[in-house]
Amino acid sequence: MKKFLSGNEAFAEGIRLARPQVISAYPITPQTIVVERLSEMVEDGSLKAEYVHVESEHSAMSCAIGASAAGARAFTATSSQGLLYMAECLYYAAGGRFPIVMMNADRSTALPWNIYGDQRDSLSQLDSGWIQAYAENAQEALDLALMSYRIAEDKRVSTPYMANLDGFILTHTYETVDIPDSEQADRFLPPYETDNRIDFENPKNMAFSAGPDTNSIFKYKEHKGILAAKEVISETEKDFAEIFGREYTGLIENYRTDDAEYVIVTLGSIAGLCRETADRLRESGVKAGVVRIRYMRPFPNEEIAEVLSNVKSYAVLEKDISFGNEGAVFTNVNSALKKAGVSVKGYNYIGGLGGQNISASDIEKIYSDIVNGTDDVNFIGIGDEENGK
Amino acid sequence: MKEIIWLGRGGQGAFTAAKLLGAAYTAEGGGKYALAFPSFGPERRGAPVRAFTKLDTKPVVDRSQTEKADYIVILDDTLYSPQLRGLLKSGGSILVNSKADIEGAVVFDAEKIASEFRLPTANTIMLGLLAGISGIITTEDAEDAVRGYMPEKIQERNINAILKAAGEAIR
Repeated sequence: MKKFLSGNEAFAEGIRLARPQVISAYPITPQTIVVERLSEMVEDGSLKAEYVHVESEHSAMSCAIGASAAGARAFTATSSQGLLYMAECLYYAAGGRFPIVMMNADRSTALPWNIYGDQRDSLSQLDSGWIQAYAENAQEALDLALMSYRIAEDKRVSTPYMANLDGFILTHTYETVDIPDSEQADRFLPPYETDNRIDFENPKNMAFSAGPDTNSIFKYKEHKGILAAKEVISETEKDFAEIFGREYTGLIENYRTDDAEYVIVTLGSIAGLCRETADRLRESGVKAGVVRIRYMRPFPNEEIAEVLSNVKSYAVLEKDISFGNEGAVFTNVNSALKKAGVSVKGYNYIGGLGGQNISASDIEKIYSDIVNGTDDVNFIGIGDEENGK
Repeated sequence: MKEIIWLGRGGQGAFTAAKLLGAAYTAEGGGKYALAFPSFGPERRGAPVRAFTKLDTKPVVDRSQTEKADYIVILDDTLYSPQLRGLLKSGGSILVNSKADIEGAVVFDAEKIASEFRLPTANTIMLGLLAGISGIITTEDAEDAVRGYMPEKIQERNINAILKAAGEAIR
């Protein structure tokens, strides 16, 4: 069934189809609509779940961990300061191998206080042990909601999954979304079954401590689990395409990169404007391309090294800055190239912070800059003077 | 691509109109795509609000704010200013809900139709006017959108108001 929905509403529809048994929620702009819709679905009976309205994000994640430890499929959602407040629990969820799914509405972090979109919240949690996906549009958001549990709950993975939607630009923008029927969804996603749960018939120790002699092995296994998601994502997308007819391209999505000389690497909802700009530049002879990172964890090291190995230069456009260095995505991309022995000059563009509008002319300027060469790290929308030139 | 900017005050339904236009345009499905979004941020009754609708025959992937519009639809004439013309594509036009003439804009007395159909806002009436003037959507599509996305008890009144406004626009 096709409906005209916002990103938040689309994600809620995907979660309804995934049949979580426990939803813990603490509302925060711009995530609020997703937990509101889910509460309405529980109220009207279209979703049979225990809905727990907790008193904070720290408790929201703690509740999801408890539910998952009892063997339930658990969901929560947050954004920005809420994600930071629950950060302690993110590591518990990942270390405990609880395949919780969380939607994060990507939003700026204070100070200055700001409710608008950027990716500084989720990218600050790259090391928390969660799978991190970034949607471009509302349909992908719904589809990720459905695929997330298949990936997270796979025995090879057993890792929590954070689906990121750009605040407002994706969470609050309406577009046509195809909502699958529940028979299809049930065929795609079986109920959650796990041994990693409290079981009175088969008691075991859970959420224990591990000292210096054994700690590394747990962390190694955690690392292996999230790496295994690579293969599972690919299998899951194949099954998804067979059942629902929509195809996804794994950890990255390439656009006109086969013969590209200048490529923008980016993530989230800005990718569409990059593709449109690349099309326009190609008409004037610039061989432009776009790489959209769909998963920041596990990171697409090989895929990125391969697609950038023959370009003249690339830019990483991200809504993030790791103060005192550069954007976290840029660091990750450069590391991928270095490991593969690829030596191509890259530039970093920090844009869209605190909801700043990124226009087609901003994207055009990135392409023209990287043709001619520019500073290593550039902030969009800051005049040359402030930029230190 | 057709781009429409909606201007209103919080509570006047500018974003609802933007959304209904997108839903109406895509109502038939098949090769028609739309994005609708508000000027993001906290909502306050009475504060100026902008909303955007982008319509195309291919997927709309540019999510940035509209810089040049085909139509600017203004629900409250106190929000009109001549500078808005700078936001129009050449050949674009501004539609204003107003009882008084405004140079360079199409004015339409939506309040009159609103009171006839006991509607508290002019948003769907201006949507009907836009349908009648531009032909971007048919009134049947607008009707589908109202039935799909407005509460049932206000559907009939809004549909009748849209039909009336579109009829007057065509005349």
